[in-house]
Amino acid sequence: MADAKIREVFTVNGQEVTLALEANDTLLTALRNNGYTEVKNGCSEGQCGACIVQLDGRPVNSCQALALSAKKKKITTSKGIGNYARVSVIQEAYVEAGAVQCGFCIPGFIVTTDALLRENPNPSDEEIRFYLSGNLCRCTGYVKIIDAVKLAASRMKKA
Amino acid sequence: MDKRKFKHINKTTLKKDGLGLAIGENKFTDDYYLPGMLHIAVLRSPHAYAKIKKLDDSAARALPGVVDIYSCNNIKRIMYTTAGQGYPEPSAYDCVLFNDTMRYVGDQAAAVVAESPDIAEEALKLIKVDYEVLEPLLDYTKALDEGAVRVHTEPDARMIIPMPYDASKNTCADIKAVVGDFEAGLKKAKKQFTFTTESQSASHCALEAHSAVAWIDEYGRMTIVSTSQVPWHARRITAMILEIPVRDVRVIKPRIGGGFGGKQEIIVEPLVGLATWRTKRPSKITFSRRDVFMSGRRRHGQNNTVTIGYDPATGMIDALRVYALENAGAYGSHAVTILTNTATKVLPMINHVPNIEFIGKGVYANLQVGGAYRGYGATEGCFTYCQAIDILAHDIGMDPVEYYRKYAIKSGGTSEIFAKLGEGTEGGAEMTIDSCGLIKAMEMAGSAIKWEEKRKLYTPEYNKGKRVWRGIGMTCLLQGSAVPKVDMGSAYIKMNDDGSFNLHLGATDIGTGSDTIMAQIVAEELDCPVENIIVLSSDTDLTPFDVGAYASSTTYLSGEAVRKAAVMVKEQILHVGAEMLALSPEDVETLDNKVVQKGGEKFKTFADIGTYSLYTHHQLQIQGFGSHVVDKSPPPFAAHFAEIEVDTETGDIKVLEYTSATDCGTAINPLFAEGQVDGAVVNGLSYALTEGYIYNDKGVLRNPSFTTYKIYTAPDIPPMKNMIVPDSYEHSGPFGAKSVSELGINGPMPVIANAFFNATGKRLCKAPFTPEYVLSVLKD
Repeated sequence: MADAKIREVFTVNGQEVTLALEANDTLLTALRNNGYTEVKNGCSEGQCGACIVQLDGRPVNSCQALALSAKKKKITTSKGIGNYARVSVIQEAYVEAGAVQCGFCIPGFIVTTDALLRENPNPSDEEIRFYLSGNLCRCTGYVKIIDAVKLAASRMKKA
Repeated sequence: MDKRKFKHINKTTLKKDGLGLAIGENKFTDDYYLPGMLHIAVLRSPHAYAKIKKLDDSAARALPGVVDIYSCNNIKRIMYTTAGQGYPEPSAYDCVLFNDTMRYVGDQAAAVVAESPDIAEEALKLIKVDYEVLEPLLDYTKALDEGAVRVHTEPDARMIIPMPYDASKNTCADIKAVVGDFEAGLKKAKKQFTFTTESQSASHCALEAHSAVAWIDEYGRMTIVSTSQVPWHARRITAMILEIPVRDVRVIKPRIGGGFGGKQEIIVEPLVGLATWRTKRPSKITFSRRDVFMSGRRRHGQNNTVTIGYDPATGMIDALRVYALENAGAYGSHAVTILTNTATKVLPMINHVPNIEFIGKGVYANLQVGGAYRGYGATEGCFTYCQAIDILAHDIGMDPVEYYRKYAIKSGGTSEIFAKLGEGTEGGAEMTIDSCGLIKAMEMAGSAIKWEEKRKLYTPEYNKGKRVWRGIGMTCLLQGSAVPKVDMGSAYIKMNDDGSFNLHLGATDIGTGSDTIMAQIVAEELDCPVENIIVLSSDTDLTPFDVGAYASSTTYLSGEAVRKAAVMVKEQILHVGAEMLALSPEDVETLDNKVVQKGGEKFKTFADIGTYSLYTHHQLQIQGFGSHVVDKSPPPFAAHFAEIEVDTETGDIKVLEYTSATDCGTAINPLFAEGQVDGAVVNGLSYALTEGYIYNDKGVLRNPSFTTYKIYTAPDIPPMKNMIVPDSYEHSGPFGAKSVSELGINGPMPVIANAFFNATGKRLCKAPFTPEYVLSVLKD
């Protein structure tokens, strides 16, 4: 917000940016207040995963992290995984598999899926389910989300 | 069944907003950040029932950054219902934006408007409220008792349509439907039984919380962006409460993060409307998850008793009575229509019954407010009815699949219940079933789970001596498609110079993908690529009217409005194309994005026609519109099966496999249709096995968070196979389509209960089926 007290440099999606924030802002609040609205707020209690971003490649609920604690880390949102200039295989797979319904939870799933497939390029169904257990979705019943992760994994292997 | 070949219908087309959503580009309501925006926080009642003797906001007003505070002190008392239904609403006018009586823990006492969210929250603590605490009514099953606490004593609470309403008996819905003579039928019946179930309150848990943003535009009018499933009802009701002309309010629906009925309520729009209209500054409110649980809406939950008199030789039902008691909570939002749906979306399944009595009572209690929720009363009704049919089939020694095959409603059949109960002032609508793929659905889902084999296998002998018992169960379901004679949807299409089309429609895509399937409908009618259809939906200034996303209406109702508009456009395209080709309109047809000469070689592309129509000769805007009202509500049908394991030591129920097959007529987009069923079934499983509101003895909701109210995550889902019945065609729907979104949620509760009976010989009558409850049933 314009009247926020502190200005600090963060690394978001590979770019150094100055964020205006309050000392006690969560990373979620700081990101959203500075235009990174692809990071969604579903519960503010670390349960739903809609706000998941990667910190140095690891998925983290941004509502549970103080913004200032992420200052020296690389922050990655769904737009850092892929965007209209460079769409990610994962995002394409989610759309093609029918995994996107309302889409509110999807940026969080994209960020988590990217971390999963870097850690484990060939996950089993069981491994996918377990890795996504921190991301809630009420629309899809997770069925087509799991399909999407498998589709993305197979395409990334081919690439 | 229609044998026509489709090009764009019944095909998987990628969701128009899919990639934008996956990237995070599409805006949801809370993503609107406006310069100088004010923030709203709500002061909520800590008491289940209390009168505000005095509300002193002077200290809060003195806090720097506080702009205004609204309460019963300064806001005019206007009665309304938060139910986002058509006018006149069939829900009681029993609430006020800021009341002087609080009727549940979480009721809205005051709202602070401040420069920042923190200041607004801080100011709430400075408001001093002197409450006269009253004895609450916390057990809704006692609401009708003599001498029960009365939840509504104000003289101005009322129904605005001629329907029974009696606040002196805590009754906000009173439904009765009679076919034949139940008592006489029961007397005649050779055998009878009575069965009672209790279903629980539950939260929709759309991942996006309720939110609204408002601002004053360049003309001095007010724009409200909101998470509404019902933008037109939101505009009408907000304007009414705030006494602003409807013409001065524009409601825009951006992307919506799921609704499931929870956003068919006018809750947040009046708050930003009030703040912005008074201050002329932008304002925003976004509910916390706690707010959604406490002060959003919930599934009512019902205590239902069914009595069935039947002939044990044949299984024919002579008499059926259902008494449904609905937990409306503090206000009667949707209380009437949900009860009528408990009858109309459940009882027609076995349609030979000559004597039926349905009695539904919606009662007040000092609890969270009930409202619309996917399934809309059928969920609660199926828990009772679908087990009752299982009881009957078991008693006469008939496989329930065989029972449904023999006695379930079929194509050409009807039920008097359809005509007896409607929604609002309209009665119901007589209906003869056109498409019915129920038998095929049972075959598909039954063979997928190996019903016959496992039904034979899972016997008391099989489970004897084991700790974990296995069972398998099934049920059949129906729902409806739109509210006949009441709901209307409309659409507008115009052609561009490159042969693309703008489709502007009222239908409210809340994440279902309806924008995309509407484009498929236009593409099919015009024979052009789906990519050429540009969709804009739900903006009260820019698109025509639609009642909104509810009653399983969008595909069936709004889809036909869209098709009508496309038919009108097509006629003009043929006319202009013929003019360009120097042919008569009868001699041309559309084919692959072109107008072609019938049996000839001449053609003009849609781009040629679009350009010609705007720039060349006899210039005109090629455009069409359509409105649609339906005269019946054709049910989608489904068969659901589950195989379960019951751990007799822990009481844990594990679903080993779940299969279903759904007849939704033509699935406009099969991938989306499957997705609707998957989501509904998993929500239903989660509801059956884990979800429910938990209260303390003061009426305080104990689990208003995702930490304490658990919903299913990816590892929780059992192996599932949810299929769509092919080749069903509903002639009254667009390209043979009927609805798909709601009915799937109604299956898991009765199916698991029926499988539990198969495994244990005992009935589950109370949901959720927690291990504690299951153990208590096993011990009984």
